[in-house]
Amino acid sequence: MDWILLAEQGLNGLQLGALLFLIAAGLTLTFGIMDFVNLAHGSLYMLGAFVGATFMLWTGSFFAGILLALPLMFVIGALLEMTVVRSLYQRHHLDHVLATFGLILFFNELVQVVWPLDGLNVPFPARFDGTVELAFGIEYSAFRLMIIAVGLLVAVSLWVLVAKTRAGMLIRAGASNRKMVSALGVNIRLLFSLVFGIGAVLAGLAGMLVTPVLGATSGMGEQIIILAFVVIVIGGIGSVRGAFIAAVVTGLVDTLGRSFLDVLLLAFLPANAAEAAGPALSSMLIYLFMATVLFLRPQGLFPPRGG
Amino acid sequence: MIRHVVVAVSATAMWATAAVADSIKIGFVTTLTTPAAVIGNDMRDGVELALEHIGGKMGPLDVEIIYGDDEFNPQKGKQATERLVKQDQVDIVAGYIWSNVLLASANTVLDAGKILISANAGPSQLAGEGCHKNYFNISWQNDQTPMALGKVLNEKGVKSLYVIAPNYAAGKNMVAGVERTYLGNIVGKDMTKWPDQIDWAAELSKVKAAAPEAVFIFYPGKHGPAFISQYKQAGLEGKIPLYSVYTLDSISLPRFQQAAMEGVMGTMMTQFWAPDLPNEQNKRFVADFKKKHGRYPSFYAAQSYDSIFFIKSAVEAVQGDLGNVDGMRAALEKADFPSVRGEFTMGPNHYPIQNFYSREVVVDEEGNWTTAVRDVVLKNHQDPYAADCKMR
Repeated sequence: MDWILLAEQGLNGLQLGALLFLIAAGLTLTFGIMDFVNLAHGSLYMLGAFVGATFMLWTGSFFAGILLALPLMFVIGALLEMTVVRSLYQRHHLDHVLATFGLILFFNELVQVVWPLDGLNVPFPARFDGTVELAFGIEYSAFRLMIIAVGLLVAVSLWVLVAKTRAGMLIRAGASNRKMVSALGVNIRLLFSLVFGIGAVLAGLAGMLVTPVLGATSGMGEQIIILAFVVIVIGGIGSVRGAFIAAVVTGLVDTLGRSFLDVLLLAFLPANAAEAAGPALSSMLIYLFMATVLFLRPQGLFPPRGG
Repeated sequence: MIRHVVVAVSATAMWATAAVADSIKIGFVTTLTTPAAVIGNDMRDGVELALEHIGGKMGPLDVEIIYGDDEFNPQKGKQATERLVKQDQVDIVAGYIWSNVLLASANTVLDAGKILISANAGPSQLAGEGCHKNYFNISWQNDQTPMALGKVLNEKGVKSLYVIAPNYAAGKNMVAGVERTYLGNIVGKDMTKWPDQIDWAAELSKVKAAAPEAVFIFYPGKHGPAFISQYKQAGLEGKIPLYSVYTLDSISLPRFQQAAMEGVMGTMMTQFWAPDLPNEQNKRFVADFKKKHGRYPSFYAAQSYDSIFFIKSAVEAVQGDLGNVDGMRAALEKADFPSVRGEFTMGPNHYPIQNFYSREVVVDEEGNWTTAVRDVVLKNHQDPYAADCKMR
């Protein structure tokens, strides 16, 4: 076993996990608190990428672009909640799915109308271009390391927000018993707009962070939204802590599966069978993992307490 | 009585329109939505330029092109093909960027007894045992270009190679192709999920650990630039040379130039065509395309341009009698038309027998990034599946 490779793949897994967490955090809050299934959460990720890239190209700076784009994402999220989402709360889950699927189509077309057909590309920020030397001769992409750091930072601040502040207390209360919170005289509509806006900011931030790596393209949200749903199902719907742990685990399972499964299969199977089964099995791995978790703990690993 | 008259009149009318069918309808399936539409648009530009150059006529017939959008999805491609064949009743179907889309759609055209011409996709499945008398390919068979690249790697003395390609019909052919000719040691191989996977962090870490002398990739469209910028980010650029097929083209190079990614300069690839091939048809095509659109045509556009001249040669051979499918087929088998690739012949499995060149990324005299032909790597090359083809 090559330990340097294993460590590097671990970092790759963490990086994917950090990204998934940013998207899943908002998703699990809207699902847990508002009981709203938002398939279009991936569109907010995509919009973040486009809005961020536009500001990055305009200012010529990656970080200035993000700082300008984040408040706008909050406004977009809150506006979306007030105009479309709000009227859907009382309805059935299937109506949520239908309406937000419509939103996906709408936003995918919208970005193709507003921005170039093949999307936007931004250069890597100069400070994070290239690799850095870590301990034990591990050389790792500086930019991906930065994504991990941002993910951790957001996780900590979100924990502080949810666990230590009054707004967080209301969010937690909303996740476990919505009716009681509004019966106690809390402005639940404002709370919902706030939570939706925060979700949009986090998903948008994820989109902005990946633009140098993946570019901003129409339809990029659908590639990640399924994974984000897997994460919140594994973590327990409504739980930010669960989303964080599940995101990291999912990122690791996916990355390590992609990197070591074919080697592992070679131990059991003839070479050409392993070669054919490897890619197929590794793309299924996280779903198998989710199925296992659901079988053993249908409520997810860390369901919100109470309720 | 009245009913009889009506039937008689309408029958006469139908017969009359059939006799004076003075136009040919060509269905052209490509990708016109999703980010991959940049390829489809380039193909459409190639088709439209060809129509201008032939004055919108094939023999006595006016040409009508109906575009179908595959939405970068085999199922949607099949539906678009069905619409063209059954609803629009086109005479010939052409186009197809993606091998998986072509494979899903081919039978719809062939079962209707119509001629199908691939302007890009060259899957092995239709070249060997699955070949068909009414199916023609005007580009190349998927294995051929990487076979040429394998030879280039041998000539460069590359002893170990790492292969990364998408896990779908064309990706598998590309890997099989390079394995056919490359004599060194393949130290690693990753087939990635297509088209979902656009982050290659795990694969690039494996490349670094395996430390090969070169890396070979096949990532068409939007995936190519994303891969190459991640390759650079992972610190591999300049350390391990990157060889590719169908990854760097006239669509992606201007974007690399915009992003000042000097690392792609000097990158080697192989192909059957290049913008600087010195034949008259190609000079005219490239010059007029550049004049019209202000950019180099891609190989996708070149093949689409060729496909119109290819169809024209068949229509002229039967003097516009589109009912004479046998006559058209015989003409297509001769491939007697001026091609932008220069001289070539049509093989017995209806795939071209042609030269493959090595190309290098260079700066042209106007300062634009493009490719220049270096050598003939494979001369009059026939694909490895032709022997298995028994026409049906």
